[in-house]
Amino acid sequence: MAKDTILSVGIDIGTSTTSMVVSRMTVANTAGCFTVPHLDITEKQIVYRSPIYTTPQLSGELLDVKALQKILQTEYERANLTPDQVDTGAVIITGESSRKENAQLVTSTLSGIAGEFVVATAGPDLESVIAAKGAGAQQLSDKESCTVANFDIGGGTSNIAIFRCGELLAKGCWDIGGRLLRFDAAGAVTYVSERLLPVAQDVGVELILGRPVDGPALCRLTDRMAALLAEAVGLLPQTPLCEIIRTGTSSPLDLSAVEHLDKVTFSGGVAAAYYDPPADLFQYGDIGPALAKSLQQAQGFSRVQVEKAKETIRATVIGAGSYTTTISGSTIDFSDEGAFPMQNLPTVLPTARQEQAACEGDSGPLLELLAWTARESDAQKLVICLTHTQNPTYRQVGLLAESILSAHRKALPGQPVLVSTRADFAKVLGQAIKRRLKGENTQVICIDGVQIEPGDYLDLGRPIAGGTAIPVVVKTLLFG
Amino acid sequence: MTHEELVKRITEEVVRQLLEKKGGQDSQLSAKHPPLPVENPAALEQMKRRTPARIGVGRAGPRLRTETLLKLRADHAQARDSVFRDVNEGLIKGLGLFTVKTLCQDRNEHLTRPDLGRRFSEETAREIKAKCTLNPQVQIYLSDGLSSQAIDANAADILPALTDGLQDLGIGVGTPFFVQYGRVGAMDAISELLNAEVTCVLIGERPGLATANSMSAYIAYRAKVGMPESNRTVVSNIHSGGIPAAEAGAHIAGLIKTILERKVSGVDLGA
Repeated sequence: MAKDTILSVGIDIGTSTTSMVVSRMTVANTAGCFTVPHLDITEKQIVYRSPIYTTPQLSGELLDVKALQKILQTEYERANLTPDQVDTGAVIITGESSRKENAQLVTSTLSGIAGEFVVATAGPDLESVIAAKGAGAQQLSDKESCTVANFDIGGGTSNIAIFRCGELLAKGCWDIGGRLLRFDAAGAVTYVSERLLPVAQDVGVELILGRPVDGPALCRLTDRMAALLAEAVGLLPQTPLCEIIRTGTSSPLDLSAVEHLDKVTFSGGVAAAYYDPPADLFQYGDIGPALAKSLQQAQGFSRVQVEKAKETIRATVIGAGSYTTTISGSTIDFSDEGAFPMQNLPTVLPTARQEQAACEGDSGPLLELLAWTARESDAQKLVICLTHTQNPTYRQVGLLAESILSAHRKALPGQPVLVSTRADFAKVLGQAIKRRLKGENTQVICIDGVQIEPGDYLDLGRPIAGGTAIPVVVKTLLFG
Repeated sequence: MTHEELVKRITEEVVRQLLEKKGGQDSQLSAKHPPLPVENPAALEQMKRRTPARIGVGRAGPRLRTETLLKLRADHAQARDSVFRDVNEGLIKGLGLFTVKTLCQDRNEHLTRPDLGRRFSEETAREIKAKCTLNPQVQIYLSDGLSSQAIDANAADILPALTDGLQDLGIGVGTPFFVQYGRVGAMDAISELLNAEVTCVLIGERPGLATANSMSAYIAYRAKVGMPESNRTVVSNIHSGGIPAAEAGAHIAGLIKTILERKVSGVDLGA
């Protein structure tokens, strides 16, 4: 089986900065000669890094899409790249920029420039995970078999993800960032985010537009922000303020599975100042470097080993470019290569009971679920994700195929049959479904080896390695 | 009772009796072992999850712990059983297969004379020719090989998945049957007897201590007695912990299609 390469673009549009990377991923068979092939990404090489741009904004926190468009066009030219060369990738709209109006605008305008396979995605949870991967925290926890928390501290938010032995334990997001407070050259306040006000109030600092803030007050403010980050991961006892400034749309960082932290890495713009402090704390007209200094002195973080992140300010964009695409299992089935790519496919995850009934030939519970989901979400297409069934017998595969078809015909008539299985039985199930569709012109796609959680959306790329596997992007949030 | 549960119960019983002998007093003696004194327990757990090999099992003095020893012996006994015992006859009948033997007369000869496990008597050859469709595009058969248990565990799922998969692809399948005391090389004799374009044997693999249920599929284009071994394409590790039987059947159907199209198998087919 020949090696295949995939060209991936990552674009990060954050509260304060925007950047782009292009990476080339090599996909090869990692299984031995005498077993079933297993395609995987074996190499990731960053072939182009853009400079860091200031995110262009119009008044009222709206992104300047025209200016963004121009940045991307310039960068594609510099990278010697045309949209049709791009196989996959992601535009991540993060921090305070990820407001719905912004995101919609960006999605509708950028996809044409970036390439049709580059998907727009956002959501603080997803950002936490990809930033941690871009920063190398996940790999560090895997390599050294320990628990690592990554703090991606940007302009507007801090994204936290905790990994143990390479596996995600918890993720969350807090409204703590380096550009929540800005000054002019004379030191007068030009901008205060309303999310910073509860923190300022807590430490008794008054922030008034047009007035300077004195040094000790600023120290109190950034020290408190640093302490709040330590509180978020349990390095300090949690105060009520910590919950107040958690990002509204993020999931609460669930520390129940985290016994202790071994190591911490910092990424994001503020982390750049943490590892390499600038001479002038206020050279960017914000509190980023001051926050970095507070982090260095924070009591909570002195209890763990702080490691240097592989990437700081570019962690998210590299995560977007290199860690959003996965490769499906290598025994999959689909009826028509022309059906790909398929984008923004909503998923539905039956319960163990519903799957079991389907494996016994009872399509009732599955039909109920499909019909309800189709009605609630107004979705045309749905990917049925079987996460419970393990090692089904051939007889069960046949019954499952019949149940799926029967429920699908009633709930989603005329739509392609899309199935994803967690365990390794997609090819046999796909064949069983197609066999029962003889003579009907219905698309069937059946893949396995992809981890899907409730609420995820899927993008399926063009098949690679002669149709053996397909690149898949799992997204947690959609706009529009 | 599963054999893990049995091992646990025996261990507890051994400890109970030892304690009784000592008059119930020994703080060192317990069926529950203390955790290993390792620097990074998470790392050990991670390594153990990635391999079925017996790593990080500790020791009792210079020896294995009772539980580890019993588990090892139970797995070894299972491996021996799967070699020495016969395939469940009911299963073969249920799949509608007839049974033939190689030149081996019994299990002992099968194990000691691999050469006889590749050949058939004149009479058996006649029987195979009489009962099977001649000149099939694909001839599939099952064989015990070195693990009858592999056939018991996988045959009912892999055979129909493979046959149905081939039929979907419009590929003609000959009459399947079962060969007792078979070695892989018997497929060459069968290919010649029936003049099959592709021959595929689903055969029990030599068991290890991790599983005794592993099956392999050997596939060859125009197999001939005396052809190089490199002409065989193999899909190994077919069992619930490797590639599941039904999925393997679906995969092999596609593989056979490629072999028919390219008219080669084995190393010539490429990886």
